[in-house]
Amino acid sequence: MRDLTYREAVREALGEELRRDKSVFLLGEDIAEYSGAYKVTQGLLEEFGRERIRNTNLAESAIAGAALGAALVGTRPVAEIMYIDFSLLALDQIFNQIAKFRYMTGGMVKVPLVIRTQGGGGKAAGLHHSQSLEALYTHIPGLIVVMPSTPYDAKGLLKSSIRDDNPVIFIEHKGLYNESGPVPEEEYMIPLGKAEVKRQGKDITAVAYSKSLLLTLKAAETLEKYGISLEVIDPRTLKPLDQDTILNSVEKTSRLMIVHEACKTGGFGAEIAAIVAEKGIDYLDAPIKRVAALDSPIPFNPRLEDYVLPNENDIIKGAFELTGKEIPAELKLG
Amino acid sequence: MQKIGSEKLKEIFIKMLRIRAFEERAIAEYRKGILPGFIHSSIGQEAIPSSVCAFLRDDDYILTTHRGHGDIIAKGAKFDKMMAELYAKETGYNKGRGGSMHIVAADLNMLGATAIVGAGVPIASGVALGCKMQNLDRVTVCFTGDAATCTGAFHEGVGLAAIWNLPVIFVVENNQYGMSTPVKYYCKLEQLSDRAKAYGIPGVTVDGNDAEAIANVASEAIDRARKDGGPTLIDAITYRYYGHHMGDPGTSYRTKEEIEEWKRHDPIERFQGRLLKAKVITKSEIQEIQASINRELDEAVKFAMESPEPRIEDALNNIYCPSA
Repeated sequence: MRDLTYREAVREALGEELRRDKSVFLLGEDIAEYSGAYKVTQGLLEEFGRERIRNTNLAESAIAGAALGAALVGTRPVAEIMYIDFSLLALDQIFNQIAKFRYMTGGMVKVPLVIRTQGGGGKAAGLHHSQSLEALYTHIPGLIVVMPSTPYDAKGLLKSSIRDDNPVIFIEHKGLYNESGPVPEEEYMIPLGKAEVKRQGKDITAVAYSKSLLLTLKAAETLEKYGISLEVIDPRTLKPLDQDTILNSVEKTSRLMIVHEACKTGGFGAEIAAIVAEKGIDYLDAPIKRVAALDSPIPFNPRLEDYVLPNENDIIKGAFELTGKEIPAELKLG
Repeated sequence: MQKIGSEKLKEIFIKMLRIRAFEERAIAEYRKGILPGFIHSSIGQEAIPSSVCAFLRDDDYILTTHRGHGDIIAKGAKFDKMMAELYAKETGYNKGRGGSMHIVAADLNMLGATAIVGAGVPIASGVALGCKMQNLDRVTVCFTGDAATCTGAFHEGVGLAAIWNLPVIFVVENNQYGMSTPVKYYCKLEQLSDRAKAYGIPGVTVDGNDAEAIANVASEAIDRARKDGGPTLIDAITYRYYGHHMGDPGTSYRTKEEIEEWKRHDPIERFQGRLLKAKVITKSEIQEIQASINRELDEAVKFAMESPEPRIEDALNNIYCPSA
């Protein structure tokens, strides 16, 4: 199977859906010639033209609102909000209008739209270009929230999101765009709301998504050498959450760790922890461990940013704590 | 200025009578303490939606606000389903999930009322975009209040409609107060239509209590939009007789004299006088129409009262759409 980058996988999903369905179109800031801040939409203007690859004004509220209006009358807009930090400017449209429209009408209309955006740190992009804000979106009934970690998942989930009749917040990670992975040439889809066990294990269930999934898989390799076996689960869709896959794993391992790049307080990890506490507390042999960013704005200084964000060592440390084993000095975790 | 035919004038007038009668009945029902929530009356503002919607086709779209009963009726909404929605009943336009401030009549291409002031503007631009992209020659009218012109959403949404030359008309139902705050306080411009200059689109201020004047302005804007001439901003100056909602007497920020003065320019009385004089309609015809409207309203209230409440077990339906 060929490899694609995460960026190419997202682009290929967009291209295939634009080709397949004439009602699909893209709108967003600087997505045409400029191809978006991270060049995801490169080449699409040439193939699909200005009618369907639409540069907007610099107006996030207009982007989201226009996507809603266009979705209500039979098109399937895919809006791009350049940074998830900027999506805060569109929150009235997303929370009050898009999320509620179908319910408000008693089910008379559907709202088939996708808002693609990207978040996350690690690039010294500073306080307004680095946040992980997914938990805000999972809080609002009516939205679907997708956060893919691999090129394969990004493509399959984006195609499903575009074909879904509900509003989907599709959150990419700027630190993943250059990551490569196998993506089949033949068409495939990944259903929304289905987690995947990315690594089988027996001692600890580690739930991680987006870029944190990659960190967790790396940490799992190290931990294996020291006799700790992680079962790594990627929920892929945060809302609706595949609770069964998580609970089944926790039943097997008796320990739960959640890893995400968002701040710990009120992060999505709290929701996963609460679900396991409500439905699977009897499975647990140890307290639930959350590995997350410190409760801080993302500092510009790269050393400070590294300090605030969770890393592989934090996951390794957490795993040793959960199993009650001593951390070998040779690991030099600090 | 084009000549408006008698039939069209009569159609506008009947819409105005229907709106006033519905609003009066809704207030009466509200005052009985039976209706839940709030009512934002549009009494005094009837000429604007009546004249605008008289020039729309059935397949054209409108969007409106929390003060939207009049706009919805002007687009052809049925009294019984509206009243049932006000009563929060399962037989209402939105099965009692939306209420007075959120009526959507999708079958009439009436795409909703938002209670976030200004939020309908970008959505309306999107509706117009969706029509344009599908080569449908439909026009979208976005009714807003005057204070909505202060919001970021208004600026962003009109700006987008302007650069994409979208077939949408922004109609400001300028009742001169954003809740209690007068236009003169929150805006330094002579008139709100001057805001159009900022977007490079036509803007016009019109007497919003003069049905024919609005009809002329609206029909021109609608024609232009349909012929790919882009958006227009219409600022129609009017006055609401009641307060912001039924809990507000509307007198802490407006004098009784001011209210009485505006009532002397009542849009229905003015228009009725002209129509009678021009023999477009007779007094007995008007009485018959009013009697028929009242019967319809009696039936609508009866229908609403006798209709079932939504079932508790359906509370969580339609948050999501089952996807194919």
